[in-house]
Amino acid sequence: MKLTEENVRYVASLANLTLSEQEIHQYTADLSGILSHMEKLNELDTSQIEPMTQVLFAGQENDSLREDIEHTPLSNEVALANAPLAAAGYFKVPKVIER
Amino acid sequence: MNIAKLTIPAVRDGLLGKQFSAVELTTEALRFAQAENPKTNAYLTFSDQRALAAAARVDAQIAAGQPLGPLAGVPIAVKDVIVTKDVKTTCASKILSNYIPPYDSTAVERLEAAGGILLGKANCDEFAMGSSNENSAFGPVRNPVALDRVPGGSSGGSAAAVAQGTAVVSLGSDTGGSIRQPASFCGCVGVTPTYGRVSRYGLVAFASSLDHIGPVSRPVADSATLLGAIAGRDPRDATSASQPVPDYAALLGDSVQGLKLGLPKEYFSNLAPETGDRIMAGVEVLKKLGCAVSELSLPHTEYAIATYYILCTAELSANLSRFDGARYGVRSPNSQTLSDMYKNTRGEGFGAEVKRRIMLGAYVLSHGYYDAFYRKAQKVRRLLTEDFTNAFQQVDALITPVSPFPAFKIGEKVNDPIQMYLSDIYTITGSLAGVPCMSVPCGTTAEGLPVGMQILTKHFAEDVMFRLAHQYEKAGGFTA
Repeated sequence: MKLTEENVRYVASLANLTLSEQEIHQYTADLSGILSHMEKLNELDTSQIEPMTQVLFAGQENDSLREDIEHTPLSNEVALANAPLAAAGYFKVPKVIER
Repeated sequence: MNIAKLTIPAVRDGLLGKQFSAVELTTEALRFAQAENPKTNAYLTFSDQRALAAAARVDAQIAAGQPLGPLAGVPIAVKDVIVTKDVKTTCASKILSNYIPPYDSTAVERLEAAGGILLGKANCDEFAMGSSNENSAFGPVRNPVALDRVPGGSSGGSAAAVAQGTAVVSLGSDTGGSIRQPASFCGCVGVTPTYGRVSRYGLVAFASSLDHIGPVSRPVADSATLLGAIAGRDPRDATSASQPVPDYAALLGDSVQGLKLGLPKEYFSNLAPETGDRIMAGVEVLKKLGCAVSELSLPHTEYAIATYYILCTAELSANLSRFDGARYGVRSPNSQTLSDMYKNTRGEGFGAEVKRRIMLGAYVLSHGYYDAFYRKAQKVRRLLTEDFTNAFQQVDALITPVSPFPAFKIGEKVNDPIQMYLSDIYTITGSLAGVPCMSVPCGTTAEGLPVGMQILTKHFAEDVMFRLAHQYEKAGGFTA
């Protein structure tokens, strides 16, 4: 499977990644190679196979539900402790709306 | 006391026999680990304060004559993708280089509740993505057995610390072999339990349907004890299993006579000659112990790597979207818009392998390719899992190599991602099926490089796996 640099730029925008020209170039080659290997799966006829969406779940249907018990969440101060930028009790980011 | 050779029972005997207090042992363990660390770079952070506070609690229990937990006083390293309250957790990534978690993972909470001592955080491949520990933003880990070689990955620091003796046991995480392969490269025991056996709460998510937390140790018995302490249902991880947790360590002595073992032929076709020889010598030991050995087939094995790298990259591209520079981690400083902030933060904060995998995952999930790649891989995963279901109707356990070759030189494979991915062939299948699997040392090559034998059993049959490994270890004499 041969990818173009345009394909790679598009995927980078989907993935929210700024890449250098050199990275675009490198990943175009890498992804093409890896995806070619992945095409090996086409050797198998899987038309009658259900996709495996869950690894294993031997329990009862409601086993993954827990009691609805109140607990104290992280405080505002603790939640903001790792923020790169915070103000007035909120995370601060570049503005998204024009005035 | 030889700190580098301690085992969990030896720590217990020392504490109860008043040879040392938990604080004395912890102080010495921290000193030794910090002095030795420059050789291997196995630890990224030491948690002196937390370790000494936990040790003081153990000493207080001893003084009060209270019963001790199964890990009382045991110095433990925890892979840096497992969050620890107030102790920096970086995932070996630049993007989280300043992250101080406000909460504990369930596994760490449980190991401390059992008396365990968190010595520090172990180096690894960035976000657990890699097979050589060369993808850490904080430098590679060197293999203590041969310092110019990789320790394996991604839990390279967890394995190196145990092999070096700077931790008695450690926790790693395994998504496609990341506990077993480094354990085999460093000559330790490494265990990937059944999917869901250990809560993933607080394990920074890589591929949620494949991620496992598991132990690394020198003797098999220590892994059995550590797994017993951390396993079990956790309401904070909806995929954690509610099956009762057996006392694995107490069951190790049971006989393995009459157990049926299978050698899947697909796992023996492409091995370094010495690796094959060591595994077959190991199989002979198991035969002498009374196990019946037969060859069988796991016919879809050749499709495992493609399946795995589609599913794991799809899942990780979604999971890693949370690292956006808004709420925690390192934000790129010069962005005018929110969108640029996301893109620059991620472009600058993630390393090359993580970005390569995010790109692959975004591609296989993108419009027009979802069915061809992602859905196809989910179907083949079912076929691969059925291979195991069928095999375990015939045999009690499978015996295979862990890696096709022993530890390679640092830098040797770093520029060839496909070659690196292919080296995971024998560990990925068990991860996809979610069955318990482990690496147990089975001798060394002529150069002295450790070889690991893999034992796989059916879901929740960890007791059988541990028993085989323990009896093999006793008979083969390969304790690190």
